Amino acid sequence: MKHVQDFKVKTYRWLNDENYILTLQGESLETEILPGNFAEIRVPGIADVFLRRPISILDFNPTENTISFYIKAIGKGTRQLGELQIGETISIVYPLGNSYSVVEEGKALLVGGGSGIAPFIQLGRELKKRNIQTTFLIGGRTKNDVFLTDEFSEFGEVLVTTEDGSRGEKGFVTHHSVFSGDFDFNKIYTCGPDPMMKAIAKIAGEKNINCEASLENMMACGIGACLCCVTPTVNGNKVVCTEGTVFNTKELGW
Amino acid sequence: MVDLKVNLGGLQLKNPVTTASGTFGFGTEFADFFDLSLLGGIFVKGITLKNREGNDYPRMAETASGMLNAVGLQNKGIDYFIDSIYPEIKHYNTEIIPNVNGSTVEEYIEVTEKINEVEGINAIELNISCPNVKEGGMAFGVSCPSAIAVTEAVRECFDGTLIVKLSPNVTDITEIAKGVEGAGADAVSLVNTFLGMAIDAQTRKPLLSTITGGLSGPAIKPIALRMVWQVFNAVKIPVSGMGGIMNATDAIEFMLAGATSIQIGTANFIDPQVSVKVIEGIENYCKDNGFDSVTDLVGALEV
Ligand SMILES: Cc1cc2nc3c(=O)[nH]c(=O)nc-3n(C[C@H](O)[C@H](O)[C@H](O)COP(=O)(O)OP(=O)(O)OC[C@H]3O[C@@H](n4cnc5c(N)ncnc54)[C@H](O)[C@@H]3O)c2cc1C
Ligand SMILES: Cc1cc2nc3c(=O)[nH]c(=O)nc-3n(C[C@H](O)[C@H](O)[C@H](O)COP(=O)(O)O)c2cc1C
Ligand code: FES
Repeated sequence: MKHVQDFKVKTYRWLNDENYILTLQGESLETEILPGNFAEIRVPGIADVFLRRPISILDFNPTENTISFYIKAIGKGTRQLGELQIGETISIVYPLGNSYSVVEEGKALLVGGGSGIAPFIQLGRELKKRNIQTTFLIGGRTKNDVFLTDEFSEFGEVLVTTEDGSRGEKGFVTHHSVFSGDFDFNKIYTCGPDPMMKAIAKIAGEKNINCEASLENMMACGIGACLCCVTPTVNGNKVVCTEGTVFNTKELGW
Repeated sequence: MVDLKVNLGGLQLKNPVTTASGTFGFGTEFADFFDLSLLGGIFVKGITLKNREGNDYPRMAETASGMLNAVGLQNKGIDYFIDSIYPEIKHYNTEIIPNVNGSTVEEYIEVTEKINEVEGINAIELNISCPNVKEGGMAFGVSCPSAIAVTEAVRECFDGTLIVKLSPNVTDITEIAKGVEGAGADAVSLVNTFLGMAIDAQTRKPLLSTITGGLSGPAIKPIALRMVWQVFNAVKIPVSGMGGIMNATDAIEFMLAGATSIQIGTANFIDPQVSVKVIEGIENYCKDNGFDSVTDLVGALEV
């Protein structure tokens, strides 16, 4: 069930000067949270930020009633969310969106970049529960843009590409050697910038592998009420915040 | 006990708080957040004769204290509404008010005739003010003769309360209000969104696929309030007021300016529970200020 609920800022963990993990604590917690779900966060204390900001749910802890987000400060709202006082109240609407469909057998490849890697913690955990052999492929411009790899390594093998070659293989994720030679994955999950996801979807199409991508469209409500966030699909316009954010890439016509 | 009931041109509302078309889906989107039966009414999202895919993405841009939208009346058409959506929402103990749209007068008539057959629907809101469609929409609402023509035509085929939604994108909104009053409207609702625009200086591109879009939210509130006041003073039929209402105080201001009932739009995106808070706030205001009936607030501005 969806809730609008007040939380308190519990901790910040800064990964570098513009990427951080924000953990909130509530008096209760909705625990029906699925991999790929997101929240609409009200940014407190800044008149300039009118609408809530959609942010993927990184993780949650039912015993402590905590919920966390991995945020990249790219604008006024995401910067302000990094500058709150510990204990400050913050309202979130959650959990929103559909979820990745977790495969029950075979091998899964999770390809992400930028702030689009947050859903992979929950997804990795669910895959591990089902004994799926999981590989994470994370891309960044330099080694300073690659995060959460320690966390991902709990759930599977972690591969990295950087554009400058400072960590892992040099180039874009699509250039990684995992795609050449023996490629025996039966599922690809992707989340990140659109051009990256489209390129991954193309590879998946060529290899005839089922691929799911999570979209980050501009949203106003996050609950299917305004129809601002649509994406064209082979079945007409779909509402990203409720019918997605996760879509099969074939449905997107990618 | 404060009497919260209001009469909007024959339509009995249990309280003056309703939700604005296009900002509240068909209601069910909000069912997790509160009991929809608490509302005075729900103006459901804009409906056309046939399925419409709406405008291309991007359809939204945030602005200072507001937002621009360019949804373009995406909906599955009137038959789908009557067969598949209305049966799911009719059990709520609130007025369900369809927002009727068309590209031609004939389309408005056809949609209205179908709704007229549906038991339980007591009112429609005739949208002659959508700024986001190429044909019809606002074109009807910005000229007096066409506003009158479409209102007269729809009046003839609808037995319930006819609420005509006015565009603020006109030189004199009172002229249009008087025109539709003469053409048989039972009430007017105002305002729809203001035509606006947003640009990304970095890319030198518009932020909306349609270049222009409709501005809503607190940014428009002072102008909306002024228009409600002007229309209240110009016509005898009741006014359903909206434009940037974020809380009970805003709603009370609209009632003081002459609104018999109010609609909450963009605020639903910021706080999905805002409308119940507004109902409570209005009731408390009446108690604190010695009003036995919420209707005592309507047009009670002291000038
Ligand atoms: C479903 C979903 C999940 C997301 N998950 C995460 C996440 O886990 N971590 C994270 O850091 N970010 C995530 N984002 C992106 C995040 O919502 C935007 O970065 C944020 O809204 C920008 O707000 P701002 O006030 O900082 O930027 P603004 O100052 O408003 O704008 C700065 C720039 O950000 C762009 N922008 C604004 N809104 C969005 C948006 N909704 N999506 C993409 N770009 C936007 C603007 O076009 C502009 O160029 C997600 C977005 C969606 C839709
Ligand atoms: C996303 C969005 C979609 C809308 N769709 C409709 C619509 O279909 N029909 C209509 O009459 N008004 C529509 N409106 C206008 C609102 O009903 C309302 O008139 C306007 O937003 C001003 O009120 P507000 O400032 O409280 O939002 C829409 C507004 C928004 C923000
Ligand atoms: S953001 Fe409003 S419908 Fe998706």
